[in-house]
Amino acid sequence: MSTQHSTRRAFLQSAALAGLAACAPRMSLAAADTRARFILVILRGALDGLAAVPAYGDGNYVRQRGALSIATLDHKLDGLFALNPALTNLHRRFLERQLVVFHATASPYRERSHFDGQDVLEQGATAPASVHDGWLNRMLQVLPVAQPRGTEQLAVALSQNVPLVLRGAARVSSWVPSMLPNVESDTLERIADLYSSDPYFAVRLHTALATNSVAGDASGMTSAGRDPLGQFNAIASAAGRLLAPEDGLRIAVIEARGWDTHASQGADTGQLANRLRGLDLGLEALRTELGATWNQTAVLIVTEFGRTVAVNGTSGTDHGTATCAFLVGGAVSGGRVIADWPGLAASNLYQGRDLQPTLDLRSVLKGVLGAHLGIAERDLEGSVFPDSRSARILDGLIGQT
Amino acid sequence: MVSLDTVIAANRFGLGARPGELAEIGADPRGWLALQAAGSRPVPGPIAELPGSAVLFETLRQAQRQRRQSPRDARTAAPSEKIRQRQVARYFDQVAARYRVAVETRESFRERLVDFWSNHFAVSADKATVLTLAATLENEVIRPNLAGSFADLLLAVATHPAMILYLDNQASIGPGSPLARRATRRPQNNGRKLGINENLAREILELHTLGVNGGYSQADVTAFAQVLTGWSIGADQGSGAKGRPGAFEFRERAHEPGAKVVLGKRYAEDGAGQGRAVLKDIARHSATAQHLATKLARHFIADEPPPGAVERIARAFRDSEGDLPAVHKALIELPEAWRATSAKFKTPHEFVVSALRAAAFVPAKARQLVASFQVLGQRPYTPGSPAGWPDTAAQWDGPDALFKRIEWAAQIGDRLGSRVRPLQLAEDALGPSLSDATRMAVARASSAAQGITLLFASPQFMRR
Repeated sequence: MSTQHSTRRAFLQSAALAGLAACAPRMSLAAADTRARFILVILRGALDGLAAVPAYGDGNYVRQRGALSIATLDHKLDGLFALNPALTNLHRRFLERQLVVFHATASPYRERSHFDGQDVLEQGATAPASVHDGWLNRMLQVLPVAQPRGTEQLAVALSQNVPLVLRGAARVSSWVPSMLPNVESDTLERIADLYSSDPYFAVRLHTALATNSVAGDASGMTSAGRDPLGQFNAIASAAGRLLAPEDGLRIAVIEARGWDTHASQGADTGQLANRLRGLDLGLEALRTELGATWNQTAVLIVTEFGRTVAVNGTSGTDHGTATCAFLVGGAVSGGRVIADWPGLAASNLYQGRDLQPTLDLRSVLKGVLGAHLGIAERDLEGSVFPDSRSARILDGLIGQT
Repeated sequence: MVSLDTVIAANRFGLGARPGELAEIGADPRGWLALQAAGSRPVPGPIAELPGSAVLFETLRQAQRQRRQSPRDARTAAPSEKIRQRQVARYFDQVAARYRVAVETRESFRERLVDFWSNHFAVSADKATVLTLAATLENEVIRPNLAGSFADLLLAVATHPAMILYLDNQASIGPGSPLARRATRRPQNNGRKLGINENLAREILELHTLGVNGGYSQADVTAFAQVLTGWSIGADQGSGAKGRPGAFEFRERAHEPGAKVVLGKRYAEDGAGQGRAVLKDIARHSATAQHLATKLARHFIADEPPPGAVERIARAFRDSEGDLPAVHKALIELPEAWRATSAKFKTPHEFVVSALRAAAFVPAKARQLVASFQVLGQRPYTPGSPAGWPDTAAQWDGPDALFKRIEWAAQIGDRLGSRVRPLQLAEDALGPSLSDATRMAVARASSAAQGITLLFASPQFMRR
């Protein structure tokens, strides 16, 4: 093999990298067999829960929503709720009892800043900036695993930069497709050597190389075309490839932007419906790539908060409070909607404008991490979600019935 | 012998040393910076030649008209598609001009200040209606207003079509306004109520001025949104539309009449003057001083800025009633900003600009430049949110992000290849901050291309 033209893949086996790996700190984790896969999808910008999951059976729904009412109800879930017509594949999962829909849910955050809202959601705290790392990272530090592995071999952010939810003391990987040419392995070795006295750079390079070797080169990927969510489909597929192998990564975070629909939101069709279709198709691509591993998988889809119940002056919706969330996967005990429905009558709205939150999103998060990943209750209530006792752990979300 | 302060002036305050620039700065780096903080400048040539927001707005409206008139099933095809392609070409022209100026300017501290304020008042070109207008906010509002007060800058931003369109204020209509009252009486409106859109009001309070913990409530947001109803753009279409296309237009008939209370102060009805009065007050608010000082200190010192430095900038802001040159000069005088350790991890924009400056190289094709930034995670003019691009390392230093920089460094190394002498380039760019290890690696590289790659991939070059 000619060193000159070999790629980073070859470099992985090189002595330089082995040296790097050896000096990397390891997490000590209790041995407990588990193959469960968990994927968190963060919808940034505040998804309108009443558009994604219309409460068509609420007598006030059409009156309150006006032009934004969803009229096509092909995907009814029960007598109260339906899925947006764009969520065709998610509806199939619902019928196969692999989808739980949560409604009227919210994090503890009650203001309306996207940025603080996302911080609270990802920090798993009660107020912005009360902790500085993310709950998924803290979870990694107590996750039972079959064999001791570095946490960067367990968790990956499908983005160049690690989102807050996955930031913290435990090391994680990150990856997105590249359109740049490969770097010669000789150059990489020299860079690794240059970094050898600087752990900040050395650790990152090592992690990037390890992830690259599994996710694959970008050469097979063309531009994202007309995917309304940018690269979501390509990235969800890559997540599937990373998590599918038996010894693959187990935890992934994917982000999708573009949910801040202040103007021309659309209803059965239009801007938001297109994005929801992109989400639905991306999740389907993820399922396809996971193959049989789908049966051990739970995908949780959350957003920072909801939107106003009423349409605003520009045929959109402004920042609100409660919204919906989804849990889908072969490991999920689904086919139901979990909602303590507060109603859409004007007097039932939060501050007279938003869907009233009745389910603390942390109850869902704790329920999934506990039942699916085997996180002990004391850890859930302790390091992972501090000060969250008021959010009772939601049982029964995992395990096919 | 070049001093470390000179390197800091060029690389931390400026956008990175060009060949020969460290020598040019000479023995008075603070003086070099202070000159750049003072006074106004003409808009640089390549940018001045670009079409302005009025022309671009007209193209946008034309596209929208054609789209509306074309049959439903043919909407993606035909004339509007041609206009869209033209708009994309305009966007590339804007990117080309921006980076030509960034790479070639001899006043790169000033250019960094443009970047800072442009990012503070972020508008994202990934929203279709502002694809070509995003850049005009930077070029028409930020650049000409750096020699004045923050209040003037804020007003200029809030009345620029890019910001109004980006945050949806052009159609925010007071429910008690004449326009709304008439509309509700019209049967063909089918019960659709005209009303306010609080997006612009919220982001001005949260992001542009007071900051999220600046002490305002939802009631303040709602009241301020009512104040801003009617702040729109002149156009030749729609009911009640008049005024110059693409210019700020106050639509009296869309404005919610009456006095409003914002942050405990009552503002009498005064048409557009009501909004100007609120903006003037919040621009000078002490929470605004604190919020802006924190962001500036974060940009020039460290992700977690030292409170003492924040306080000194805030004081300069308050003492000068938000005079921007005074605030910028205060930055130069912060001892914390001159520490030898490079605490800031460059953003992709800073990384690429500093590399291109070091190589004195402007890529001929804007398309390639955009593609590079896309891969590195910072496509020009598209922060994706009104909060702008993040300014902390944690958002940029992921393993894959680092790897993409290495890949880009390899690509640019190949492009520059034999045209440059890597060791000379390294000395010119980093001066005494070039480490022995990097110097050795560059000197021993197997090719000039590899030497450049190693320099740009080095820890010193990734930081400032």
